[in-house]
Amino acid sequence: MDYTPHTSQDLETMLTRVGAKNLRDLFGDLPQDLIFPDLDLPAPLTETEMMRHLRELAAKNSSAATSFLGGGLRAHYVPAAVVPLAARAEFISAYTPYQPEASQGLLQAIFEYQTMISELTGLPVSNASLYDGSTALAEGVLLALRETGRNKVLVSQGVHPEYRKVLKTYLDAIGAQLEEIGLEAGKTPTTQVSTEVGAVVGANPNFLGALENLAPLAEAAHASGALFVAVVDALSLAVLKTPGSYGADIAVGEGQPLGNAMAFGGPHFGLMAVKENLVRQLPGRLVSETTDVDGKRGYILTLQAREQYIRRGKAKSNITTNAQLTALMGAVYLAALGSQGLKEVAARSVVNAHQLAKRLTTIPGVRQITPRPYFCEFVLELPKNPSQVRSELAKRGIHAAVPLPSEYGHNLALFAATEVHTERDLAGLEAALREVLA
Amino acid sequence: MIAEKKEVRPESPLIFEKSLPGRRGVRPPAVADVDLAELLGAENLRPEPPELPEVDELTLVRHYTGLSRRQLGIDVTFYPLGSCTMKYNPKVHEAAVALFADLHPYQAPETAQGALQLMYELQHDLSGITGMDATTLQPAAGAHGELTGILSIRAYHHSRGQHAQRRLVLVPDSAHGSNPATASMAGYAVKEIPSGPDGEVDLEALKRELGPHVAAIMLTNPNTLGLFERKIRQIAEAAHAVGAQMYYDGANLNAIMGVARPGDMGFDVVHLNLHKTFTVPHGGGGPGSGPVGVKKHLELFLPSPQVVRDGETYALDYDRPQSIGQVKSFYGNFGALVRAYAYIRMLGQEGIQKSAALAVLNANYLKELLKEQGYRIPFDRICMHEFVAQPPEGFKTVDIAKGLLELGFHPPTVYFPLIVKEALMVEPTETETKETLQTFAAAMGEILAKGKEWLEGAPYTTPVRRLDELQANRRPKLRWEKG
Amino acid sequence: MDYPDNLKYSKSHEWVRQDGDTVAVGITDYAQDQLGDVVFVELPSVGTTVSAGDSIAVVESVKTASDIYAPVAGEVVEVNVTLGDKPELLNSSPFKEGWMFKIRPSQSGGLETLMNAAAYRQFAESQ
Repeated sequence: MDYTPHTSQDLETMLTRVGAKNLRDLFGDLPQDLIFPDLDLPAPLTETEMMRHLRELAAKNSSAATSFLGGGLRAHYVPAAVVPLAARAEFISAYTPYQPEASQGLLQAIFEYQTMISELTGLPVSNASLYDGSTALAEGVLLALRETGRNKVLVSQGVHPEYRKVLKTYLDAIGAQLEEIGLEAGKTPTTQVSTEVGAVVGANPNFLGALENLAPLAEAAHASGALFVAVVDALSLAVLKTPGSYGADIAVGEGQPLGNAMAFGGPHFGLMAVKENLVRQLPGRLVSETTDVDGKRGYILTLQAREQYIRRGKAKSNITTNAQLTALMGAVYLAALGSQGLKEVAARSVVNAHQLAKRLTTIPGVRQITPRPYFCEFVLELPKNPSQVRSELAKRGIHAAVPLPSEYGHNLALFAATEVHTERDLAGLEAALREVLA
Repeated sequence: MIAEKKEVRPESPLIFEKSLPGRRGVRPPAVADVDLAELLGAENLRPEPPELPEVDELTLVRHYTGLSRRQLGIDVTFYPLGSCTMKYNPKVHEAAVALFADLHPYQAPETAQGALQLMYELQHDLSGITGMDATTLQPAAGAHGELTGILSIRAYHHSRGQHAQRRLVLVPDSAHGSNPATASMAGYAVKEIPSGPDGEVDLEALKRELGPHVAAIMLTNPNTLGLFERKIRQIAEAAHAVGAQMYYDGANLNAIMGVARPGDMGFDVVHLNLHKTFTVPHGGGGPGSGPVGVKKHLELFLPSPQVVRDGETYALDYDRPQSIGQVKSFYGNFGALVRAYAYIRMLGQEGIQKSAALAVLNANYLKELLKEQGYRIPFDRICMHEFVAQPPEGFKTVDIAKGLLELGFHPPTVYFPLIVKEALMVEPTETETKETLQTFAAAMGEILAKGKEWLEGAPYTTPVRRLDELQANRRPKLRWEKG
Repeated sequence: MDYPDNLKYSKSHEWVRQDGDTVAVGITDYAQDQLGDVVFVELPSVGTTVSAGDSIAVVESVKTASDIYAPVAGEVVEVNVTLGDKPELLNSSPFKEGWMFKIRPSQSGGLETLMNAAAYRQFAESQ
């Protein structure tokens, strides 16, 4: 079935009015030998049939709602209020708020979001969101290169490997160089930064879950005139030092832990906040407070001359569509939890992770790789191939053990715990892993 | 006559202004006394917590419900925003997405076979609809798809040792701004090709620019005037004759969705906007999804991973040595893919072709109605899914837009394409009834009748009236500060 | 619309004034009128070496952004830092307080290709 409302009477009236005999007539400008081809699609379904088909597909998946999988996304609880509020018909069915008088709802919500992200990161300016953590990193680095006029990037191996891959794609495109700083004992060593380098990138916590003191690396970057880009875990900023406080010029991160379902990898949102002096270089939309002709407070998109629809080939980025609705979910989540609630989610995730690590490292042959202190993810060395372990655990109804790329070493797997886990869950994973590794 | 101004249009306090220390909303599971300084190191902790709103759940609900009532969407009113395809987003898609919410991208592939099958089938279906040989679902939006497509073209030229010589991308002057912005991001120089008097690409001017230094031509077809480029085959032939690639910007695919395929017209690459053509909700500006389809010779260069099938098993293929790499973490905006898949399954070939045809019919019908109301149509022939109009002499487009807001409609796209002065770009889409189009056309007439003085003051009763954009640009205030 | 006689003009609507061994550059009254309210000016760094025709500054209004080109080759020796806080000077005083940057030309001459006030006026009015 389709969603067109036309009756046969409508069709007749409208075709007559436009001077066409039939619908095919409307395509007279097209090459006639090409139109209405066979598309090789299955037969149409009604709503009932389609939902049944999708339920059958969904039944071939197993839920990871209480999983111990990490690596950018985690199984946090999404409070029931988040989706119904953010996905209200007026929000979900709106376009980008180009007409401010008709879009005060979204514009105000974005302004509030910008404030929340600024509070979390300790940096004064947040944009309205980017696609995800990986592309936020790429955009943050491009920003740094534009600002410094330099062409080389130093990135810690502690940054998510997929983010580094995405960064490489973006940098290859403009012919910029990417160099990696290898981890030493699970942390990023402070290195010399040459004057060709425009951006230095570190992550806190890093991909292994370890907390890093990035201040010396930020200092080294600034000493040579480069900007420092921090990749953050949004939830961790409830309790951890802000990137603004340790010298980051630009903070980027993945927003999923803030009220977004994992959804097999997307959509979520990418957050980006910067120092005041970088605002004109910022990619993506920005909302400013202003007043209307009656002097009343209102909100409007601003600094639009940075963007592609005005600046075309010289825009700061080609980004147009961003991740507004999922960022709104993030804002609703933060407002629902408040500072205390967010801290409790973070604390319980941290405590659960530490208890889990303690349990799992009692299993023979299992060794913790992530150094202390660490947040809510950690890496274990397993006495068996992690992909097999992950599959064996899945057979027992537990999702855990993300295999790490070989750059980090052999037989390594990432584990995460969140506030959703109970003592029983932790014990369950321990027992299952014991069995799998026996 | 000037409409009487409503005395009270209530202020909307920020959620921060409703916050009171100690108020609690949603409470996470309790955690026993925990010494974070011991677990995380005192030196790693922030001295002050972030200042987030502290509200009870009902205040939260009323706040966002209140904000939503200060917002127009397709579900509220007619929203004929040109080149944005604001068609109805079926509610069933939200139910469909919920079935797949709790999947983690790193769970064992054998435990996500349904999700992978859906992606595999969608790759196939989108290739069929666009006439391409392979499709990647990874890009997160249209502009992201553009970048993916252009980088694939670049990798192709590279593989043939021609990258160094092909440094230029050609775009028509009517193109979306994202096209030249994308070409720049991919390291290319950009040259704009003028449109001819018929609103189509000037073929002779294009041929003069073509040569072995050209990497690609980026085209939207129908173009942003809503006109089908009738010389598309000659353009493609001329491009291919000098080794340039043809890039199809799918922003306007709704006009010809399934009726004519870019692949059959000579395009080598196409990106789709699932949030336009395939009814993924726009969500106030995203998230979207921008799959990219390519012809066989470009398949090797698509991002990694691709979803592949081996017998009855679906898997992620990372073994793609010539790939441009990854453009987004994980596998794309999967939630958007579920919605598009559901849409295609429900419509099938018949529904897809019919939807495109009725989008075109609605546009042509509305064009006739607006002419009757005194609007000018600079390129007046059978249009595709959208058309460009101009207000009668002496009226300004911005005022037309603001007048429509007062009457409860969302205005068309304004001042685009740049090649038409005072442009109003109107795209009604196929999901609107004849009566809605008639009511809208009547409103377009009514605002003219109210006269310029009324229009220049409009809107009057919206949550805010015209805003001071200059102040917002000269002295932007980008976050709330505690007063 | 002002077209001061003591200045030279480019087709991209910059004006140029010879001040001893440097030239001052700004945008014309016609240009500021076309742009509308200026909200931001991006200036080159002092010490930058430029070629004639290089895009070295940007003037932004609410809805557009325009590149400003170096009318002569040479070194940027001074920029009008006041514009950082008061971009509106480009609108209120395009030829005086709204000057943008000064270049020390690398060789004498180079200004002959520019238009005088009368020629520019004709050019601008035909746009």
